[in-house]
Amino acid sequence: MPALEKIRAFWPRDRVFDFLIPESPPELDVTHGVILYLEGITVSFGGFKAIDHLSLYIDDGELRCIIGPNGAGKTTIMDIITGKTRPDAGSAWFGQHLNLLKMSEPEIARAGIGRKFQKPTVFENHSVADNLELAMAGDKRIWPILMAKPSPTQQDQIEAIVETIGLKTKIKAPAGALSHGQKQWLEIGMLLMQNPKLLLVDEPVAGMTQQETERTAELLISLAGTRSVVVVEHDMDFVRSIARKVTVLHQGSVLAEGRMDEVQNNQAVIEVYLGEEKCSALKN
Amino acid sequence: MGILLAVGILVPLLNLTVSTAHPLHVSTYTMTLLGKYLCYALLAMAVDMVWGYLGILSLGHGVFFALGGYVMGMYLMRQIGDRGVYGNALLPDFMVFLNWKGLPWFWHGFDGFWFAMLMVLVVPGLLALVFGWFAFRSRVTGVYLSIMTQALTYALMLAFFRNEMGFGGNNGLTDFKDILGFSLQSDHTRAGLYVASVIALALGYTSCRWITTSRLGKLATAIRDQEDRARFIGYRVEDAKLWIFTFSAILAGIAGALYVPQVGIINPTEFAPLASIEIVIWVAVGGRATLYGAVVGAVIINYAKSFLTAAFPDAWLFGLGALFVMVTLFLPHGLVGMARHTYFSRKRAPHAGT
Repeated sequence: MPALEKIRAFWPRDRVFDFLIPESPPELDVTHGVILYLEGITVSFGGFKAIDHLSLYIDDGELRCIIGPNGAGKTTIMDIITGKTRPDAGSAWFGQHLNLLKMSEPEIARAGIGRKFQKPTVFENHSVADNLELAMAGDKRIWPILMAKPSPTQQDQIEAIVETIGLKTKIKAPAGALSHGQKQWLEIGMLLMQNPKLLLVDEPVAGMTQQETERTAELLISLAGTRSVVVVEHDMDFVRSIARKVTVLHQGSVLAEGRMDEVQNNQAVIEVYLGEEKCSALKN
Repeated sequence: MGILLAVGILVPLLNLTVSTAHPLHVSTYTMTLLGKYLCYALLAMAVDMVWGYLGILSLGHGVFFALGGYVMGMYLMRQIGDRGVYGNALLPDFMVFLNWKGLPWFWHGFDGFWFAMLMVLVVPGLLALVFGWFAFRSRVTGVYLSIMTQALTYALMLAFFRNEMGFGGNNGLTDFKDILGFSLQSDHTRAGLYVASVIALALGYTSCRWITTSRLGKLATAIRDQEDRARFIGYRVEDAKLWIFTFSAILAGIAGALYVPQVGIINPTEFAPLASIEIVIWVAVGGRATLYGAVVGAVIINYAKSFLTAAFPDAWLFGLGALFVMVTLFLPHGLVGMARHTYFSRKRAPHAGT
């Protein structure tokens, strides 16, 4: 009975078929101390190279500032990391195992990368609490969220975050009624609810008062260590107040990298920034 | 909800038990008309789900309504049996007229009520699923999506106008005799259909309310306002859109299926682009993103339409047009928005005085 033998060989009792193994995404692995690898990234928009052979490494738990003149490609980098833009060449890895170029935006977000936009984007018609509830880490498929009820632990989590971002009195207020600075804070709060491993923060203090800026700096510094934070900012004073390590971008590639005082005395950096000032001086 | 319940019980009761001479008697004509409005209300609610809450302006929801109607029509056609003009027990009249020899494959199974009812859900749902899957996955949004939905309804209208499609061409399906063995002409059947519409609307309202107040509903509004943000906090926006769109299409299909036995005909004009645009107007007039607003809008506009066509047969379109212009100009949140506004300002007034 060769046929029966074959069937038996094909179907032993302890066989587990490949398709039956539940697909579990690989865990974030930062054993080498680096959380984000960007290597040789090139992006061009209609012939113009927005990013040109850029390589960037972010360490686990690091607070990194990225500065650079307008059009240096700062926001484009964030788009690549979060999956909004696909590069023409290069590779992007999150930890050792997660290939960012093969993941969709929601997958990347669930893997642990949170992003704050340049313009504060919150859900204006929802209350502060609802905004945070939506951002909360958890199962985000359709059926589970149809059934979802926030558990007491999650309620506590929301309240804790509301306290952190200083919006305790406004928890029921619609987000649209908040001031510009408060919206920025709410958005940071939403990032925290996601419990990300890597936070990308695009111009967090734009339009903030001095006092708000200081509190934001404190918050970002306190976050670093347990998670990695990448800040893109124009405000040099703010960068100086928080930065440990600074990366200067120019025309889509890294111009200089190092501590703030090192970078400030770098000849190439001075030329780029001074060159711009000269240009604007000439125009005036 | 309470009003709906009262209307649902009172109207059939007044129709069936109170004598024709009594001043409280509700004529069968009025009841059927009300039943029609209720179907429209359910349809408007379906559109409100995708437009008001999800931000997808669908200008093609008439498609799902008409498909639900056609499925019901097919079942009713099969119930005619040999009572048609040609007395052919095997084929509906229009097929005999076209000299067809056998029943096309897609007409099989519609003799069975439960199969037909299943198809009322499946056909519109499946179309919405396929259409939505392609549209949302390729991230078509805004006005482009609206145009695509218009194209969809227009294309189907042209297809259903053709006799070769096997759905009765421009005459559609009509001359129905009975449903589940009850004559469609009898007052009792009409009352039954009316009650079924009330129940469908009530269930539709409850399930829509349930969805919009769940976290999925919050996500829907979030997608409407800030789609990118929703994506970057880890939601698969496409999935949410797809499922709510499909759910809405199924609701529209149910509305269509209840509509057809009450009006007694379904033809391709239900697919007309204008019909779909009109649904959006009902929702806008009633009040976007409030479920009862959609219901109110659908009932009021259709009542106005019935009234104006009778009162001013030549000028009614102008009256309707004026109503739309007024609402758009002065009531951005629709009639419900206005009612809410006056309610709240009256509530606040005494505090302001002290």
